[in-house]
Amino acid sequence: MTAIAQTDNLPEVLAAARAELPGDIVAFIEECLRQEHPESHLIAVLHKVQEHFGYLACEKLDAIAQLMRIPAAKVAGVATFYHYFRMQPRGRLMINVCMGTACYVKGAEKVVDRIREELGIDFGQTTTDGIFSLNSALCLGTCGLAPVVMINDEVHGKVTPDQVPALLEKAMLKARESMEQG
Amino acid sequence: MSEKKLINLTIDGRRLQVEEGTTILEAARHLGIRIPSLCYHPDLSLPGACRVCIVDVKDMGFYMASCSVQVWEGMEVQTNSPEIREARRDIVELLLDNHPKECQTCERDGNCELQNLAYALGVRERLFEGERKDFPCDDSSYSVVREPNKCILCGRCVRVCSEIQGVTNLGRHGRGFRTVVSPAHGARMDESVCIQCGQCVAVCPTAAFLEKDNTDDVWAALADPSRHVVVQTAPAIRATIGEGFGLPPGTTNTGRMVASLRLLGFDGVFDTNFGADLTIVEESAEFLRRLNGQGPLPMLTSCSPGWINFLEKFYPQLIPLASTCRSPMSMTSVLLKTYYAQSRGIDPRNIYVVAVMPCVAKKYEARRPEHYMAEGIPWTDAVLTTRGLIWMIKSYGIDLWTLQSIDFDNFPRETFDDPLGISSGAADIFGTTGGVMEATLRTAVARLGEDPGRLDFHEVRAVEGLREATVQIAGREIRVAVANGLVNAATILDEIVRGEKQYHIVEIMACPGGCIGGGGQPYPPRGMKAMDPELLALRAQALHAIDGQKTLRRSHENPAIQRLYADFLGEIGGPKAHELLHTRYAPKLPRGIR
Repeated sequence: MTAIAQTDNLPEVLAAARAELPGDIVAFIEECLRQEHPESHLIAVLHKVQEHFGYLACEKLDAIAQLMRIPAAKVAGVATFYHYFRMQPRGRLMINVCMGTACYVKGAEKVVDRIREELGIDFGQTTTDGIFSLNSALCLGTCGLAPVVMINDEVHGKVTPDQVPALLEKAMLKARESMEQG
Repeated sequence: MSEKKLINLTIDGRRLQVEEGTTILEAARHLGIRIPSLCYHPDLSLPGACRVCIVDVKDMGFYMASCSVQVWEGMEVQTNSPEIREARRDIVELLLDNHPKECQTCERDGNCELQNLAYALGVRERLFEGERKDFPCDDSSYSVVREPNKCILCGRCVRVCSEIQGVTNLGRHGRGFRTVVSPAHGARMDESVCIQCGQCVAVCPTAAFLEKDNTDDVWAALADPSRHVVVQTAPAIRATIGEGFGLPPGTTNTGRMVASLRLLGFDGVFDTNFGADLTIVEESAEFLRRLNGQGPLPMLTSCSPGWINFLEKFYPQLIPLASTCRSPMSMTSVLLKTYYAQSRGIDPRNIYVVAVMPCVAKKYEARRPEHYMAEGIPWTDAVLTTRGLIWMIKSYGIDLWTLQSIDFDNFPRETFDDPLGISSGAADIFGTTGGVMEATLRTAVARLGEDPGRLDFHEVRAVEGLREATVQIAGREIRVAVANGLVNAATILDEIVRGEKQYHIVEIMACPGGCIGGGGQPYPPRGMKAMDPELLALRAQALHAIDGQKTLRRSHENPAIQRLYADFLGEIGGPKAHELLHTRYAPKLPRGIR
């Protein structure tokens, strides 16, 4: 069966997959594989990888797929289903637009449209300069201020689409200042 | 057989008794009621996703999806009422609200299940204008086009790719309205683990998956007077082409098909069967060599390009076991540009070879670098599917099926051209599961000195997807296995990898039922679904019937093949045969996961 071994690329594929992930996560996956339903630990593995890298890059998902022996389409399907998992790196400034009922009724959709227009990104995405990320929230508990936009930990209430450019500008200046200060 | 408990229920006020475990949708069929459905497919898992098949079950308080609810004792079902009809119609209307309004320019116009359903449920006006999807169309693959804007998220393609083919290239990504069916990370189809079998195309109710269309290339070649345009048709086409013209499944139409091809303007009409006979002669010689210790066992057949893609991506460690024989299509193409070109004195560069195949993976096979002659000329120039050819014949206006006024004295010849048109019955059965095995065994038995050799090997006709048998040949026990549908193949391959089973020869065809169920075959007639066992059985019977009627039933007895070796190829398995008729495989990335 020597001829057979020569055409098998699995050892290289698995070695490349291991090289994508930190050792403790590889060890965790190997531990999962020894258990009865290894695939049931997929979400736990995704959490660990996101915690380590800040987001789930395609190469990491492919590596998880190979090591856990779960088809990549399934791994990517699970990862993209949950809001919590990010497919792109986090920007310095995280914009959270509340899309809860009160904010929605008060025009959050129009605010989001304006943000999309200004930054050229959609939910779950990050601007190419790495400054802004856009996310939706499902209620920030400040319905009296609807519609609400959070930029990092700052809350902005009763936001209108027209206020969006100034809001972004201000946040960016502040971010720059803090960067310059070290 | 264990006896199943019987359940009493009423459907639309009529009492009936069915076995425990029957779904409402299946039970209703016993009363002659076909509950409308969309995501449902009898051979796939039941997600109950689309809700079109809802029925009213007494005391439940909500409509239930009849495809996935099993009957219970005393159940009272109502399949029709103004309210249920309205609810079903609303569901389909909502699907249409964000579906492109392109029916007249869509390739599935006339055989789209969504279109048929909208008609059947009485959707006569569009009340709402929904948000449209705006995903890019992916036509990167040689075989399959993915058009997510026409996808209604029924998930049949995802299920067939995983449950029948074991490939799991397609998945649902994202959620809600933004859900999209695609390979992982939205990767291009040609950079994914797709094996290009086209079963997603066969089960898609709309045009979200289509074959890559090559008919324009063929029209252009036919219109070019400097080209000598020849065509070859695969064994399975003759058993299915009639369906495209309204004939019942299982009707063979070899003569009308050949005559239609002549009317389309082909300069030569040849039979892939000839290549199939040649494949058997080469492959059985390879098998007998390996049986005598020269080469690894088991030998895996290599005619099915979807299977070869699966081998290279999912089981590359087993590549040395695959027969090195080119497929019948490629062998025929090679001979058309060498043997035929020489004998007719035509420059092979001016010959344009069209192959009509039941398969979309053949479109990829034709573009493999191994299947090009020197100077970058492909052995096979264009591949059409059965569907593509049916469309071309209709589009030209040819009708040899229903026109009453045909002057048969002035009719194009209905037989294939010589010499690549003569074939044995062993070649016809290539188009169905178990056929390549049976054809190989007929020749192997004769070569091993059994006289008269056996002709029928019913034990290898693998209607159920997977079959093992032991065949006695000249006092030797030959252990064989036949698989169609790659999940079935994987069962055998895993046993081989683990060293649990010692087969001598294994036939693998990617598609359920073999080529008769290929990804390029006509969409099934109304009331039947792709992979329908009844449909596949009728198509298979048609091929076995042609075989049974032939006097020539062993590939190596084909006089045209014997002449080919005497005049052109030399020895069976010799250097020239090796150069022209054999090929090689290599591991491909991304590595598939099973």
